[in-house]
Amino acid sequence: MERLHIVLLIALMIALALALVRMRNLLAIAILSGVYSLLLAAVYTLLDAVDVAFTEAAVGAGITLTLMLAALSLTTRRETRPGGRAARRVLGLAVAFAAGAALVYASFDMPALGDAAAPIHNHVADRYIAEGPRDTGVPNIVTAVLASYRGYDTLGEVTVIFTAGIGVIALLWRWRRDEP
Amino acid sequence: MFTVASLLVVAAMATTLVRAVRGPTPYDRILAVNVHGTMTVLLIALGGFLTDRPDFLDLSLVYALLNFVGTLAALRFFRHGHLGEEP
Repeated sequence: MERLHIVLLIALMIALALALVRMRNLLAIAILSGVYSLLLAAVYTLLDAVDVAFTEAAVGAGITLTLMLAALSLTTRRETRPGGRAARRVLGLAVAFAAGAALVYASFDMPALGDAAAPIHNHVADRYIAEGPRDTGVPNIVTAVLASYRGYDTLGEVTVIFTAGIGVIALLWRWRRDEP
Repeated sequence: MFTVASLLVVAAMATTLVRAVRGPTPYDRILAVNVHGTMTVLLIALGGFLTDRPDFLDLSLVYALLNFVGTLAALRFFRHGHLGEEP
């Protein structure tokens, strides 16, 4: 029954996106794109992708909205009407529709939602469960996958977060020193 | 029962969206977006019971907190024109 909810929510998202394209008030657009993220997060939750929904809500509706408002305080609040010839705009529309059609076409090859025979449930999970404790010596399967089987992947992620943290600290310290 | 309730919540979300898009003043939009966030929290809470898995109820609590922070940031922006401290 929640399929109906998902369809209705996505219809709301499409309507909101069309309204956003026509709006010129940047402040309202920033706020409404936060609403768009919240709708998407609700869809993710109904699809049982709770962690994705959580990230979407925190980043899309929380952080991005705040950053957009901070950026708006440095610029103007209204967007100028887009110029350009009609042929160019039609070209842009065609490219957008082609990319969207390609994505929809690719989604036909995906296994059905919750399909037990999907590759993600059969590829390596059984091996991790059966051999994980013997391979890695870690009793917790999640820890074994993250820290051992995908060790290099995790190392790369941690490096990215570490670099981002250093960048933020460097920027903020510079800011403090310049103040009287 | 949960189905009817959650469908009505989705309908309420649609009405608040109309006000948020059309709303002539920024305060109309802020209020509509805040109510919309509350409706999303309700929808997620109801969705948990709809799928017989109310374990994700605490997720809606976190959404409620996010909603509050977003509204606060937007209101602060309207009051001061920026988010930082007054120079």
